[in-house]
Amino acid sequence: MKFSDEFETRFTMMARHYPTKRSVLVPALLYAQDEIGYLSDEVIQEIARRLELTELDVRNVISYYSMLTTKPRGKYNVQVCTNIACMLRGGEELFAHCRKKLGIGHKQTTQDGRFTLEEVECIGACSWAPAIQVNYDFHENLTVEKLDKVLDGYQK
Amino acid sequence: MPDVTLTVDGKKLTAPAGTLLIEACKSAGIEIPSFCYYPNLSLQGACRMCLVKIEKMPKLQTACTTVVTEGMIVTSDNEEVRQARKSMVELLLGNHPLDCPVCDAGGECELQDMTFSYGAAESKYMEAKNHKDEQQWSPVVFFDRPRCILCYRCVRVCGEGMDVWALGVQNRGVSSIIAPNKEDHLECEECGMCIDICPVGALTSGAYRYKTRPWEMKHVGTICTHCGDGCKTTLGVRRSDSGMEIVRGDNRDKSGINNDFLCIKGRYAFDFAHHPDRLMQPLIRKNGKLTPANWEEAFELIGKRFAEIRDHDGMIGVVGSSRITNEEAYLLSKFARVVLKTNNVDHHRTADFPALAAALSGKPDSTATMREVYDAPAILLIGNNPTDQHPLLAWQIRNNVRLHRSRLYLINSQTIKLGRQAAGFTQIPAGTEGKVAAYLAGDDAAVEAIITEKNSRETWNALREKLRGEQKLVIIFGSEIRGNDVAVLVKFGSGVHGAKFVCLADYANSRGAADMGLYPDLLPGYHRVADTGKFHDEWTSIPATTGLTLPEMVDAAKASKLKALYVVGANPIGRLGLDPFLFSKTFVVVQEMFLTETAFMADVVLPAANAYEKSGTFTNTCGDLQILKKAGEVTGTKSDFEMIVRIADAMGFDVHKLVPFGAGERTDMGQSRGAQSGEADRHAVWLEARGLEPKMSPLEPTAILDEIQRLVPGYDFSRINLLAGNDQHTTLANSGPGAIQKPELIVPANDNLFSSGTLGRYSKALHSVMESRTQQTSEVAAD
Ligand code: SF4
Ligand code: SF4
Ligand code: SF4
Ligand code: FES
Ligand code: FES
Repeated sequence: MKFSDEFETRFTMMARHYPTKRSVLVPALLYAQDEIGYLSDEVIQEIARRLELTELDVRNVISYYSMLTTKPRGKYNVQVCTNIACMLRGGEELFAHCRKKLGIGHKQTTQDGRFTLEEVECIGACSWAPAIQVNYDFHENLTVEKLDKVLDGYQK
Repeated sequence: MPDVTLTVDGKKLTAPAGTLLIEACKSAGIEIPSFCYYPNLSLQGACRMCLVKIEKMPKLQTACTTVVTEGMIVTSDNEEVRQARKSMVELLLGNHPLDCPVCDAGGECELQDMTFSYGAAESKYMEAKNHKDEQQWSPVVFFDRPRCILCYRCVRVCGEGMDVWALGVQNRGVSSIIAPNKEDHLECEECGMCIDICPVGALTSGAYRYKTRPWEMKHVGTICTHCGDGCKTTLGVRRSDSGMEIVRGDNRDKSGINNDFLCIKGRYAFDFAHHPDRLMQPLIRKNGKLTPANWEEAFELIGKRFAEIRDHDGMIGVVGSSRITNEEAYLLSKFARVVLKTNNVDHHRTADFPALAAALSGKPDSTATMREVYDAPAILLIGNNPTDQHPLLAWQIRNNVRLHRSRLYLINSQTIKLGRQAAGFTQIPAGTEGKVAAYLAGDDAAVEAIITEKNSRETWNALREKLRGEQKLVIIFGSEIRGNDVAVLVKFGSGVHGAKFVCLADYANSRGAADMGLYPDLLPGYHRVADTGKFHDEWTSIPATTGLTLPEMVDAAKASKLKALYVVGANPIGRLGLDPFLFSKTFVVVQEMFLTETAFMADVVLPAANAYEKSGTFTNTCGDLQILKKAGEVTGTKSDFEMIVRIADAMGFDVHKLVPFGAGERTDMGQSRGAQSGEADRHAVWLEARGLEPKMSPLEPTAILDEIQRLVPGYDFSRINLLAGNDQHTTLANSGPGAIQKPELIVPANDNLFSSGTLGRYSKALHSVMESRTQQTSEVAAD
């Protein structure tokens, strides 16, 4: 299992930040996921080995966090917030629209592997509700029309 | 630590500072309900059942995580507390299937008990329950997820206690689940600790599930018959067609030296007792074929032939077992000398106790108990792999390091799992354990053999200095150290303040077989056959010359000189891979449970009861003596004790001279029926406690126990403590002079976690575990 040099530099730096090895686990998983796209068995083995944990330990942590995944995702992970503020301002309609437009449901991926759709809880953008997050980019104050544009922007 | 004073429910208590409130209450007899709390495991604080009211604290507090403080005022039971507990139970039952009528835990379930004490008959929850079918995680571990109350006890005992870490928690909140390490199955030591510790019926045992209910069994606390560690196991028995069937083994009775622990063998490998191949009728070879016969015929034949051969100075050999009781081993040793008039007695030796007895002679308090291994401030372990061969010992060491910060020094030619607990692990070239002993004892030249790339002369010197500086060091050694090396190691130990020894032998009563003199050169108590003394006085006319060892008996058979061979619970032909036709000119009698390789070529086979089917005593590898209680029963079998006596009788020998029975025949037994019937029991208890119980039959092992206590040094233990089920330490300090024997006579059994000689071959539970693993286990030893 080989990671990029960038990951390795980060990993080495992080390892120094914590008094115990295992504390690096969550950020390491997150960076590995960004790089590989998901947490494959190989990634899990490698990280368990590095941090002297059992693979079960690593899986336990992954399963705790909904942002970590052991299944491949599409290139763009569309996360639509339907928590209270967004719900009041049309979040659920946005989610329904996404479903129809992309032809997939919660945690499903389009055939071409471009989009994965997820219904998520508050993403901290309540002041600009309704909001969605695509990978690490936020799109706020959305309407169905605006959402179409946003998604089209990712068609490329 | 200084004591603190606190008040619970108006009662003043004192407890050492640092005590958890729940424990302080428990020692004062106040029970705080708990699910997730378990003594000696890390604190979880997950279930909130232990909530109590503590004055000056705003909300109810968890007694399992709160440490007592001076002046603390606690209410363990009031309306508020009861209401809180009731809500907790209601919450737990929210997703519980309530299938108690079919659940294994029904009747001994902590959730049931709590529901009865605090629960509500009605629930506010309307949600559909999350169902998941039961899963088989391994041959012995099943998981019924809906029953789980997420107390995490299983996760902690497997990780912290067993150091296996095979169980984990996945997901979060209401969807949390317990998960095995290999996604849908377990790869682990199969100890079943997780099942025992589960407060509900979520984890269930493959050996017991759906077989019966707890209240339909009788529970008998006895001693495990597998390895040499001597765990107390509680066998649940139930009436069956052929006597009493053992349906469950677990650790209900935690009073044993093993506390919470049992390995897979003590917990599941009782099933050999009910294997369909079990012999239930004597067999006599007629026209070349083993043919069913009755007991009288068999005893008569054996008596006649043995007497003839003895009277014509024909050579007779006796092979005993490391799994018969002390009483049986002693009786066999005596029977050979006194009735057969031979010293040709041996057994499968797996450790050098005679050498240890010789080295420790005159050194009182120099052997450690199994309990001490859990408390000792420092431990030196040379050789052996306890995780495989002595699971309880491994548990004691591991948890001593974890809970008491004991320093473990490990010297081994292999990297073994206990290395994870070791303060220092020193790897040596294979076969140099003796050199280690020599170097530790001060022979500087010996270091040459144990210097490796990793361990220089300086490393060894530093290690020796460290060890010399320890106090109360427990020195544990495997069979790698034998013969003269034992004395050398003892010499080193004598220089360490308060050092004690443990010599590791492989079978449940290997130590007893040695202590009771199943040797050609040693009588019970390591008394040399050539020396006069109390055995000569009491037993009279013991042949004075050393007899044949087992290999010598085999040679004698090859030379057609061995006329008879009496094998009690051993399988030398299978174990040593001998040619069965070797004994075609020998009259062979075998007492066995199964038609082993040895029984198969015998002239007479007598169906024997096993250790779970008789009473008596076992001595574990440390020298801890414990009582066996009869649990199972298979009709058509007899104990080895009874068979030996019956053979002596059939030979025309006066059994009074073999078993000192008859004392107290006229004792008033008290009333055995009617209103005063309890009297008889009380009477018997009093008599037994003083060793005075009426031994009215020659088939009564306690009659021989009297003689053992009288004649075998180190066995002068308290009878009442033994009867109460307590372990008693026997010492080697004042035993006979012992002997330095040929080191090659010791052959380790090499059993692993899932094998157990002949018993293992007939245990379905152990087989299913082995089959579920791809790895092939090495050949099984027999005894
Ligand atoms: S059987 Fe023993 S080793 Fe296996 S999961 Fe349970 S506690 Fe752990
Ligand atoms: S399986 Fe049993 S011991 Fe493990 S968390 Fe569930 S209830 Fe507790
Ligand atoms: S550790 Fe030994 S004595 Fe204890 S249960 Fe296992 S086999 Fe039996
Ligand atoms: S509720 Fe949608 S971002 Fe907070
Ligand atoms: S026993 Fe205290 S929280 Fe579970």
